[in-house]
Amino acid sequence: MEIKHTALAGTLESSDIQFTLSKGTGVEINLNSQVEKQFGKQIRKVITDLLAEYDIKNVTVRAVDKGALDCTIKARLIAAIQRATDTQNQPNWEVLG
Amino acid sequence: MERLRRTMMFVPGNNPAMIKDAGIYGADSIMFDLEDSVSLTEKDTARMLVFEALQNVDYGNSELVVRINGLDTDMGKADIYAMVKAGVEVIRLPKTETPEDVVETEKVIEEAEKYFGIEVGRTHMMAAIESAGGVLNAPAIAKASDRLIGIALGAEDYVTMMKTRRYPDGAELSFARNMILHGARAAGIAAFDTVYSDVDNTEGFNHEVEIIHELGFDGKSVINPRQIPLVNAIYAPTEKEIRNAKDVLNAIEEAHKKGSGVISLRGKMVDKPVVARAQRTMALAKASHLVDEEGNIYAE
Amino acid sequence: MLNKVNREIPDDILKDKNYKPFETTEIGNPETTYVAHNVKVTQGDDKLVDSIPDVIAKTGLKNGMTISFHHHFREGDFVFNMVMQEIINEGFQDLTLAPSSLTNVMNDMVIKAIKAGTISHITSSGMRGSLGDFISHGGLKDPVVLRSHGNRARSIENGDIKIDVAFLGVPNADAVGNANAIHGDAVFGSMGYSLMDAKYADKVVLLTDTIMPYPNTPASIKQTQVDYVVKVPKVGDPDKIGSGATRFTKDPKELKIAEMVNQVITHSPYFKDGFSFQTGSGGAALAVSRYLRKSMIQKNIKASFALGGITKPTVDLLEEGLVDKILDVQDFDKGAAASMANNENQQEIDSSWYADPYNKGAAVNQLDVCILSALEIDTKFNVNVMTGSDGVLRGAIGGHQDAANAKLTIISAPLVRGRIATVVPDVTTVVTPGDSIDVLVTEVGIAINPKRKDLIAALKNVPGVPVYTIEELQKRAEAIVGKPEKLQFTDRPVALIEYRDGSLIDTVYQVKD
Repeated sequence: MEIKHTALAGTLESSDIQFTLSKGTGVEINLNSQVEKQFGKQIRKVITDLLAEYDIKNVTVRAVDKGALDCTIKARLIAAIQRATDTQNQPNWEVLG
Repeated sequence: MERLRRTMMFVPGNNPAMIKDAGIYGADSIMFDLEDSVSLTEKDTARMLVFEALQNVDYGNSELVVRINGLDTDMGKADIYAMVKAGVEVIRLPKTETPEDVVETEKVIEEAEKYFGIEVGRTHMMAAIESAGGVLNAPAIAKASDRLIGIALGAEDYVTMMKTRRYPDGAELSFARNMILHGARAAGIAAFDTVYSDVDNTEGFNHEVEIIHELGFDGKSVINPRQIPLVNAIYAPTEKEIRNAKDVLNAIEEAHKKGSGVISLRGKMVDKPVVARAQRTMALAKASHLVDEEGNIYAE
Repeated sequence: MLNKVNREIPDDILKDKNYKPFETTEIGNPETTYVAHNVKVTQGDDKLVDSIPDVIAKTGLKNGMTISFHHHFREGDFVFNMVMQEIINEGFQDLTLAPSSLTNVMNDMVIKAIKAGTISHITSSGMRGSLGDFISHGGLKDPVVLRSHGNRARSIENGDIKIDVAFLGVPNADAVGNANAIHGDAVFGSMGYSLMDAKYADKVVLLTDTIMPYPNTPASIKQTQVDYVVKVPKVGDPDKIGSGATRFTKDPKELKIAEMVNQVITHSPYFKDGFSFQTGSGGAALAVSRYLRKSMIQKNIKASFALGGITKPTVDLLEEGLVDKILDVQDFDKGAAASMANNENQQEIDSSWYADPYNKGAAVNQLDVCILSALEIDTKFNVNVMTGSDGVLRGAIGGHQDAANAKLTIISAPLVRGRIATVVPDVTTVVTPGDSIDVLVTEVGIAINPKRKDLIAALKNVPGVPVYTIEELQKRAEAIVGKPEKLQFTDRPVALIEYRDGSLIDTVYQVKD
């Protein structure tokens, strides 16, 4: 899947995470997390796995994390991917769940 | 037995912190909202947030409900598909005007169930009635689908349409409440009352809950967890009611032991509605922590 | 070696600093000798000094000495920065800083003083913010020594902390040093912590913006203790000393916890006429006092005393006749501070009276019920109130270890905060040993220390209070947030956590970034 344009999803509220996806070469993840020391690896894994499921190979991911749970991280990233690929109301049901 | 639905707690669908904590307050039902509490620009993100939460967060014994956007919007269908796939128990239709609204939504739900290979009929529905037309159609709406577990009054738009506003005595809602309650009872489903938005006015809230408790509503929609214990306190049965209910249930057991078909208590016939009420009283007593699992009243 | 809460205490620290590893929460009946302090005799005529530089010169402050301050002005403190800046300016080196605690408003000045070489050793009850971060990243060569309020009193009495000069800000004083904290612009109520400094420091300097006619009564600090009085323009910002009007929390999670805490108290064997309690500050604690009030009225039960840091809701209970006396070591809000002037049953106590383990009996030993908070609590009921889950210093021991001596010690804490579990397999830093903790109350239910079989029996059937094992609560927290990675530390200690008896209960190491 190709990123068509820059898209943002999520907020900077507590327990949330904000993703900005933009076109890139290869997968590049910039994570800024309040819980980097405790959960940095885990958060990166959630992001990497989900991008792979969507077969997104070229993207720059910027994530600002305010202590979001894994399910919130997934939800926000899916929403950002849908926005960056203009598929908000046509979710990819094969990938979801 | 029919489950207790004293409280249905509204949770905005785009708030991760509230979604995460929604399970800890002991609401009988939790309603995640994709509709009015979510801005137009965040409908897609809220949908995914609720979709993930339903599958990953432990909400204990609470019944899980999602209020979707209407099928007249371009979000409605995607909402239904996502929630059906996530395995939600109940899909709540907003602003239901006619029985056809229910039928149409049911069609899309069935479509989604088939698409995802989910047992057809597993997803339940409830309808919120928020207009004069909807109120007049309440009895028909309540019977529009076997999937319906209840109908609810949404009073915010309704009172505006009726050229009035909310009043402490509830006179402005009296007709709507009675229509919805009768519609629900005639169809054998639950009736939910509207929200009370002045969260800090405990007295006003209690007064309103007393009114709807007296009328016979199953429960009330709540917008803040602090309202839950208030509702539960009003719905808690009295000790006399509990003792009476226990007597009824004991009489049934006795009769069963004797193989007797006719059940009587203190010389009076115990018929079906009396039994149902006794069972509900005991369920309420348990939920209110007034009796233990065996039904013994806690000593003070 | 491993101490009794299974913390590895480096042998060289035990040896070099002459520490014993933590053994037990039982204090027993040891004998001790209090140190005396030096007195320069005066007739009291020349105590008033014009400026801070002048008074520093008069005290004879020298490199290597120990100076102290109190933290009663909290975030509204002007005195610490005023005095410390002057001490840095004058080029003093290698001082030990021994305040009752350090608040955020002091942080930058402490860092400045460390960088200038003015401060080389620190002992405190706590540190947070930029200073906690600085220390946790190795900013001070010698590890900070962290002590509870009761332990500080003990250490001052037995000479572990020998204060050469105490700089004590007060809202008012007369020219010979009689002072209290209930009149003036910057009132803070009880002077509890600073009374130890006034009593034991070799040189005692009062700084005030309000000079009163002699004799200034009531006198909490007395002229017999004071060497110098300095008039400064302003000792503090009244708006930042304590929170203004106490607002009860509306946070539904805090309220749920508070309601359950109250259920635990009222169903415990201690809830009877004449009981005593300490609630502390913070959202849930304040809410508890509201629920407790209702229960006391309902059951017609009155408390003999409330202890510790005091808030307006506690004072209200006193005025309502639901509490007979308040033993007050500090006041958290304006209402509590102001009422000290009017309520003869609101007794000011010093930190020895409050919580000292090595005297002839402290108030905490008489305490029935105590509610405390936690950054973390582990499956052994050990509590951490000192380091964040990232290993950085961001808290204060305060009276935690001391008040945990209550007959019923309740920790009130949410199961998780954001993505951080509060209930964990092992706390990052042990501050209060699990032996002192009886019940943990979270928003989902409670866990009772297994050794309290009596409480397990008393609380097993309380409506709306599900009882879990603490392991179950820990697993539940982990199921929500996931399993965190193990924190990485260097092998360099940055802080030593003393138990209240002066033994070493844990070591905080420099964080690896």
